[in-house]
Amino acid sequence: MGDAVRKDKELFLTFAKIGLFTFGGGYAMIPIMERETVENKKWISGEELLDIIVIAESTPGPIAINAATFIGKKVGGFFGAVCATLGVVLPSFFIILAVSYFFEAFREIKVVRYAFWGIRAGVLALILKALYSMFKKCPQDILSYAIILLSAAVVLIFNVNVIIVIVACAFIGIISSALRREAK
Amino acid sequence: MIILELFLAFFRIGLFTFGGGYAMIPLIKSEVISHGWAETEDIINFIAVSESTPGPFAINMATFIGSTTGGVPGAAAATLGVVLPSFLVILLVSRVYDRFKKSRVVKGAMQGLRPAVVGMILSALISLGFEVFKSGEYGGIMPSVIGVLIFSVMIILALKKKSPILIILISGAVGIISGYALGM
Repeated sequence: MGDAVRKDKELFLTFAKIGLFTFGGGYAMIPIMERETVENKKWISGEELLDIIVIAESTPGPIAINAATFIGKKVGGFFGAVCATLGVVLPSFFIILAVSYFFEAFREIKVVRYAFWGIRAGVLALILKALYSMFKKCPQDILSYAIILLSAAVVLIFNVNVIIVIVACAFIGIISSALRREAK
Repeated sequence: MIILELFLAFFRIGLFTFGGGYAMIPLIKSEVISHGWAETEDIINFIAVSESTPGPFAINMATFIGSTTGGVPGAAAATLGVVLPSFLVILLVSRVYDRFKKSRVVKGAMQGLRPAVVGMILSALISLGFEVFKSGEYGGIMPSVIGVLIFSVMIILALKKKSPILIILISGAVGIISGYALGM
């Protein structure tokens, strides 16, 4: 019993550290996650971490949460999963809670307004960069390009709900890959 | 009731975000802006704040919007909402780990999902671009010109893999200087 509690605490603290020292989240988290869970704690192997990343990419939600839940479950069962997930969530939660009060208080100051006016243009560049990295991970064929253009168009021009687009495109992917297998 | 609404909106966002991080933006746009919980401008500002504070983007976003909309209970509800889908899905997947990894249906769905996410981020980027580059309250053409300039230079820095925080700092500095220079 004492052993299990110690393990849960260790999971919480390790993932709190991971959450606290990554900026931007997602893939920025992988190197530190590898150092902590593979090299230091030896909870999983490097290969398992790669598997987890692949699974995280094909399941919904933030990759950080997916990885924390998965590793926590493997090391400490259900409560391990809860502790690891809480660990990765809580530091951001408290930091952002504090930031949100400051943000409200400072946003009307002239110099802050000017700064954010410039920053918004810079953020668009960051989004474009993310868009480019995600584009490179898409299948590079006609169907994929057609899905990109059509889903952009239906959302932008016809205001179709993004959840409908996501579900529809998942089905298109399933059907088209089944048809390709038939054709072979 | 706003607490329950925040929870449900962020539950949907968590459930339908594939690829994490910036893949959330189209969903945030449709769920958060349509509820009137934040303006487009706030969302872009907050992407910058989230890049400069530790922790996963999704958690930061949920905590921030929850907090500005419904205080501490709102922040807790939104964060729980965005975390829960990933947590539950991974608990299920970890039982059928190997089958999931090899599943043709999952692989097929991803073939459709990846390009769909790219298309929807593209549409979000275009509409955010209109919002950012219009001169708005400042008037004249100069703010738009400078905005496009910042955007272009930052794309180069982003593609050269400069850190997002550096990009945010430079854009903010240019924003402050041109804000005072133009007397906006």
